[in-house]
Amino acid sequence: MDMKRSYYDDVRLFSSGVTVFWFVALMAFLFFYPFVFTNYYVYMANYIAINIIVVVGLNLLVGYTGQISLGHAGFYAIGAYATITLMTVAHFPFLAALVCAGLIAAVFGFLLGLPALRLEGPYLAIATLGFGLTITTVIGRIEMLGGRQGLHAPDLVIMGHHLTSDRQFYYLAVTITVLLVLLARNITKTKVGRAFIAIRDAHIAAETMGVNLVLYKTMAFALSAFYAGVAGGLYAFVLRFIEPELFNLFLSVFFLTMAVAGGLGSVMGPIAGAIVLSFLDLQLRNILSIPYIGDWLRDLSASYFSLTGVSNIQFVIFGSILIAIMLFEPLGLYGLWIRMKKYWKPWPF
Amino acid sequence: MTFFAVSGLTMAFGGLRAADDVSFEVVKGEIYAIIGPNGAGKTTIFNCINGIYPPTEGKIIFKDKNIRGHSPDRVAKAGIARTFQNIELFSNMNTMENIMLGRHLFMKTGLFRGALMWGKKSFAGKEEIENRRKVEEIIDLLELQSFRNKIVGALPYGIQKKIELGRALAAEPELLLLDEPCAGMNAEEKQDVVFWIKDIQDELGITILLIEHDMNMVMDISDRILVINFGRQIAEGRPDQVSVHPEVLKAYLGAEEEVDGQNQVSSSQKQA
Repeated sequence: MDMKRSYYDDVRLFSSGVTVFWFVALMAFLFFYPFVFTNYYVYMANYIAINIIVVVGLNLLVGYTGQISLGHAGFYAIGAYATITLMTVAHFPFLAALVCAGLIAAVFGFLLGLPALRLEGPYLAIATLGFGLTITTVIGRIEMLGGRQGLHAPDLVIMGHHLTSDRQFYYLAVTITVLLVLLARNITKTKVGRAFIAIRDAHIAAETMGVNLVLYKTMAFALSAFYAGVAGGLYAFVLRFIEPELFNLFLSVFFLTMAVAGGLGSVMGPIAGAIVLSFLDLQLRNILSIPYIGDWLRDLSASYFSLTGVSNIQFVIFGSILIAIMLFEPLGLYGLWIRMKKYWKPWPF
Repeated sequence: MTFFAVSGLTMAFGGLRAADDVSFEVVKGEIYAIIGPNGAGKTTIFNCINGIYPPTEGKIIFKDKNIRGHSPDRVAKAGIARTFQNIELFSNMNTMENIMLGRHLFMKTGLFRGALMWGKKSFAGKEEIENRRKVEEIIDLLELQSFRNKIVGALPYGIQKKIELGRALAAEPELLLLDEPCAGMNAEEKQDVVFWIKDIQDELGITILLIEHDMNMVMDISDRILVINFGRQIAEGRPDQVSVHPEVLKAYLGAEEEVDGQNQVSSSQKQA
């Protein structure tokens, strides 16, 4: 039941025993996942976990504070490069390097937040876009960071354990993801999160109620960049090799697409968006190897579109998903979930 | 001690003087109303007090300190809260959370303590409970219980106005600026608002600075009234003094001589 007995129930992490049950079930599923699925799906889970971190962070900025960013690939790149460099050059242990990389990204986020104080809508989009494009160009010119050649990730050692396989990395990535998601959820329910939403919905009223716009807007940028930075650091160890070209404009757009498809302004929505779209992103790359359908698509593309077009089919699908969401359910997958819950609530009557 | 005083306040938008050398003083505990025809510059004065506009000239004294040019959040911190003529609620939050934002200045939970909220005993948890209890008192006072968990964007206009009042009260201000609290309400709702404003003055001891168009209401509850027209103040005094003041009658019922054409145009632009 939804009966509230104390004021804390409004912000409680688990609103009822049922939620606790589902949370435990989810944790158990995550724990046994690598035992059940093949290596490829474990790799996929790592990829999804990292995208969840970015998108949850991005959502704090776009969905909650109402500031758009087309430059998150830049923070992601900063996180990836900073983690590797801190480990190889300064000999930081991995976790320390990861946190520091997140903080470095946060500093850049703070700096990008300063011009954002005076920019809104499309102008902010262009400013952040410029940042995302610039950062990879700059990185590509720095010799210490491998320039255009890229960088190899060092061995990953955590408290004496060498993590060499995707399976071992999985537990690290999932732990960090669950932790960061819980922190984000708490932030959205307390003072800072309310101030973010207030800025999004009516910034003048927020200000007259005592919300310091400069502080909270830059905080949103820094926080969001921190998440992207940590995710970037993890991503470097999923790929084991990074180069500036990886962090292109499309990646920024992909992050934003996941957030929008999942549902801006909720914590669970972007997670769903990240899972579905990351899954599609990896699966659709292999669409040509599916019997019959692959051949049919190849023929279709060769006769009507282009010879090589099918290899980029995920972009076509993402585009269609975005259009469908804007048309039918602006709240994304989360909105769909809410509707389903409402529909089934009186079941079986 | 000067509780609240505005002296020589001028706000110029280019050549247009939306507020022109306005001076008045509000005594602690009273209800002070600003009236005037549409576009007279009433809301501009509020925006200057709040720090939304930087005044061109003049002083705004609050508790012996000049707060002119302070940013809106600093003005709020000093103890001035307000409501808006066109409702400015956080339309995707529920009533509780909207009013909770009024508690913003009283809460110390930052990013880290908020993120690490773990259970009722944690710092953030305790603070949430304590402030939600305070908000509940305001919800009770304004009889908003049935809208407690409703998203405010979809609520009726009158209720939204009330929630905005509640949010301002949650900030526990010493001076409350009400910008047309009765706009768009029916007679019954207006009665309620008058009642609450009286309550706020009597029971909470909050000084109220008010803008209103409804003359019956203004004459009824105000201790003193300032009348402005085209940005300039034309009269000040008790309701009975103001209601017979020749300048006021001229402004409201029409002038015998021609009013300066340029002024008329510019004041209507300002309102837009």
